[in-house]
Amino acid sequence: MASKPKLSMYWASSCGGCEVSLVNINEKILDVAANFDFYFCPCLLDTKKEDVEALDDGGIAITFFNGAIRTEENEEMAHLLRKKSKLLIAFGSCAYEGCIPALSNLHTKAAHFKSIYIDNPTVDNLLGIVPKHETQVPEGKLTLPAFYERVRTLSQVTDVDYSMPGCPPEPARVWNVIEAVIQGKTLPPKGGILGAGNSSVCRECGRKKEDKHITRLYRTYEIIPDTEACLLDQGLICMGIATADGCGALCPKVNMPCSGCYGPPAGVFDQGAKMVAALGAILDIGEKKGISEDELIRRIDMLVDSIPDYSGTFYKYSLAGSILGGGRA
Amino acid sequence: MFEPRIVGFLCNWCSYAGADKAARAYPPNVNVVRVMCSGRVDPQFILKAYKAGADGVLVLACHPGDCHYKEGNYKALARHRILLRVLAGHGIESARCRFDYVSASEGDRFIEIITEMTDTVRALGPYAGNTMGKRS
Repeated sequence: MASKPKLSMYWASSCGGCEVSLVNINEKILDVAANFDFYFCPCLLDTKKEDVEALDDGGIAITFFNGAIRTEENEEMAHLLRKKSKLLIAFGSCAYEGCIPALSNLHTKAAHFKSIYIDNPTVDNLLGIVPKHETQVPEGKLTLPAFYERVRTLSQVTDVDYSMPGCPPEPARVWNVIEAVIQGKTLPPKGGILGAGNSSVCRECGRKKEDKHITRLYRTYEIIPDTEACLLDQGLICMGIATADGCGALCPKVNMPCSGCYGPPAGVFDQGAKMVAALGAILDIGEKKGISEDELIRRIDMLVDSIPDYSGTFYKYSLAGSILGGGRA
Repeated sequence: MFEPRIVGFLCNWCSYAGADKAARAYPPNVNVVRVMCSGRVDPQFILKAYKAGADGVLVLACHPGDCHYKEGNYKALARHRILLRVLAGHGIESARCRFDYVSASEGDRFIEIITEMTDTVRALGPYAGNTMGKRS
């Protein structure tokens, strides 16, 4: 019997939710096992890096690579798995566009180490010891994988065949992709998106949309929104309008605004900028006739200053992959 | 001396005509992009300008109440106020992104704004930029 094609799944800088999403395809995992030799997955299997190194180049049919590139080790594994895989898929928001780990790009590495290892109220670190790439001890030199200054997406360090958005990708979408591969369906052109639609979350959201006039913005804890009307109409920052569909509008269905985990919709390059465009068009500052320029600015600022964290709201998942990638504080 | 590169999005109905009426010499630092309305300026254009090497971006609109399409300049203003907060997260000083009004007859005002913006950005120095963004 010819051996089955190999499947692997790796985690770099990530939380493990992507692996949970894969096993959440439930009994379909048996179909995966029937069609693939699930070869390498540190979260679920015992095969090691050496086993991957021992394979011929291209010896793995598909690698689902989740997690952003934060450390030298993440990058090394990205290059190794690229070499060994026919299809390298950026699986989930971290690998695709940086996700939560990439919000750390708003600060420097030195600032992170200071707040984690020195200023942290539950840590006693009088000597100010922080992790170093190399440490000299009497027995010799110890090394740790380098911690990079910035978080990068998978495609910023190596060649990626496809990306699957989502934090995590919805199990039904994961199965759609695996099924398409099993059935030998034609995949989109290289570099494309798998497991998402061509429109925005609003397409999948059943709420009633009306002409939008936002006179006040609310944070989620401030109101219990109406369950029928569009959340953005009600003044909640629902990112659905600037987010690709594919999830089934899960969050709006349970009365929570979309936070944007499926990334920018087709044709959009910067999710945050697109949300600026959308929000700027629907703020209602009342009667504008005869109002001074300063008063216009004051009214707009009063509305928009109620959002405390613009990067974290508009780029919660897409900072590393955004046009400017986030700055340093 | 550092010569900043500035991208100016000028509305066809006001500031673009205003620039035509600028009858004195002014700094040549602004690369003009004519748009049909300041409301057409997608914030993505502005981010792309920085990414492509701009040190500053100008959006010049019709005065309040004068928009050819009634509301475009108000939308552009609201977007600018939000964008300034977003730019802070990208490490871009607010002075590098200016929104202002120039009517079709205000050639002198156009010169004034271009000169001010050029001086401001020159004083700030080049935008350090960051080349990490993927989808440019």
